[in-house]
Amino acid sequence: MQPSVKEFKFMLTRVLKSPLSVAGLILISYNVILAVFAPFIAPNTTGAALPDPYMIPRDPAAGIWMQPNSPTPGHLFGTTSLQVDLFYGCVWGTRFAFQLGLEVIVTTLTVGLVLGMLAGYYGGFIDEVIMRFTDIILAFPGLILAMVFVAVLSRSGWSTLNAAILSIILIGWPGYTRLIRGEVLRVRGEDYVEAARASGASDIRIMTRHILPNSIYSVIIVASLDFGSIVLTAAALSFLGLGSPPGYADWGRLIFDGVPYAGSGFAYWWTFIYPGIFIVLFTLGWNLLGDALRDVLDPLSRRK
Amino acid sequence: MGLREYIIRRLLLLIPIMFGVVILLFAVMQFVDPGIRVTVYIRNVRQMLEVQRYIHVYGLDQPIWTQFYNWLAQIFQGNFGVSAYYREEVLHGLLARVPATFEIVLYSVPIIIFVGIWLGVQSAVHKDKPLDHLTRIFSILGTSLPSFFFGILLSAIFIAQLKWVTAGRIGFSSGTLLSLMIQSGTWHQYTGLLTVDSLLNGNPAFFLEALEHLVLPAMVLVFIQTAVMVRVTRSSMLEALSKTYITAARAKGLSKNEVIYKHARRNALIPVVTISGLLVGGMMTGLVITETVFLFPGVGNWAATAAQNFDLSVVIVYAMFSAAIFVLANLVVDVLYAYIDPRIRLG
Repeated sequence: MQPSVKEFKFMLTRVLKSPLSVAGLILISYNVILAVFAPFIAPNTTGAALPDPYMIPRDPAAGIWMQPNSPTPGHLFGTTSLQVDLFYGCVWGTRFAFQLGLEVIVTTLTVGLVLGMLAGYYGGFIDEVIMRFTDIILAFPGLILAMVFVAVLSRSGWSTLNAAILSIILIGWPGYTRLIRGEVLRVRGEDYVEAARASGASDIRIMTRHILPNSIYSVIIVASLDFGSIVLTAAALSFLGLGSPPGYADWGRLIFDGVPYAGSGFAYWWTFIYPGIFIVLFTLGWNLLGDALRDVLDPLSRRK
Repeated sequence: MGLREYIIRRLLLLIPIMFGVVILLFAVMQFVDPGIRVTVYIRNVRQMLEVQRYIHVYGLDQPIWTQFYNWLAQIFQGNFGVSAYYREEVLHGLLARVPATFEIVLYSVPIIIFVGIWLGVQSAVHKDKPLDHLTRIFSILGTSLPSFFFGILLSAIFIAQLKWVTAGRIGFSSGTLLSLMIQSGTWHQYTGLLTVDSLLNGNPAFFLEALEHLVLPAMVLVFIQTAVMVRVTRSSMLEALSKTYITAARAKGLSKNEVIYKHARRNALIPVVTISGLLVGGMMTGLVITETVFLFPGVGNWAATAAQNFDLSVVIVYAMFSAAIFVLANLVVDVLYAYIDPRIRLG
């Protein structure tokens, strides 16, 4: 295990050297802190119990006025229509973004790993079938196919939020499957795989102990860049009204609710500016980190 | 294999892919009950009143293979169903809105390509100088700023606050005047593109108005896609400049400009060609959002509103349409790539 640890340390020092990647790390840490400590940073002050903490609590005393209220000490970021508190929404939106992102990434990675490994290792018919499936899904621009899935699932009784999450997973797994398949194909011909096979190792053992650890680097880079774009896609779906329900702590949804007020110029600027800033800070962090990782792990630019 | 064989092979591959696309969409549709699915089959709006009868007529209560065959037959005859939400035939709705979307694309693509490539090359050539830093900030912002947020910002600033322009494709009064002119025959629709048509009809006022309404949607599209283009071009150019043949060319005595623009850039453009395919997909996605934000009556807005109202017939047809364009674009890109790099066709 020693070489891996050294490798990791080397990676870390490289990442910390570039100011952009440090900025990325700071942004991500900030987002993580917001997400983890959301219940403390933006607690539920209405006194009513919340079945779903992502459903922004509404102060019953505030009423249900459509007009958004400007920021006040009670509502740091102001409220959007129906007196939905934006501070709660934005902070918990961070937590929601992480939760959604993790759900999607874990699922797409798992599916991608399994299918990609099977396709790359066994080849032949299995490979053909899996590849045709990925071809078909990848023939669509992502968001558009997601729209189809959400529309269909919602019509069949799914909540739009669950439909959106499943849709993002459905458009995401082919990319990882292909990526991992490519890596597996690359590693498959290496000598140590031959050696393992010659010494009688089972297929699963070869796949997990030999092929998997060596295919993982590019997957990590892609996954880290993808985390940002998954959240962006979810926000886009919510912005189109195809994601979270009204009053949910989701940045895209909050902007959707703020759209009618954008028609008044800057009169209600907080309804869309705050959620937007939160999205940018989130996505920016992941993009910077992904870029930094790509630079660091690219063998051509290392050890200069 | 030669280039011609490669093109033919890729063209033939189109068929199973589009067939798969159609199968996927049909399979997805099966999740929904027949009363809604029947809208994809019926021919005109009046038929909506007798849904039950049409469920039987179009065999939605029959085995799935029969249904699929019937649906395919419909599509080949050009019947894509009726939109429950828009109360019109889907194909008609699509064709009516394509020109508007195409107009945005027409003005955006040249900017994306030329500005993107130029900035990327210059940024790589003048690495770590101010231009490079500015460009990198621009491209990082472009990939981190969600298109809908940028669009809403521009909309709030220029449409709502400064009131420089209105949402949509053309102003309200001009719009009504235009439809009157079309009806009375004083305006001839040559292309469906307002900017081109207004010049051809000899109406510079409309031209200017159409153009100014295109600025904001195009800006959103251009900003995001150019950022991607710049990033790819820059890193590709950096890699090309680091190759040994560049040093050899300089040693041979070629001028710096010659080396950069004739040799390095040409090779750097290869990954850029590859990415153009993805860019088309990104643009189609971006168009859905941009048109929604600016209330532009294009296909993106058409599909987004339909999706919000769960109008399946429109969404499914739009998905088919987008897939067809995306697949074709990737095919063109692959052929270009094979033309530039012969190793690909031999593989």
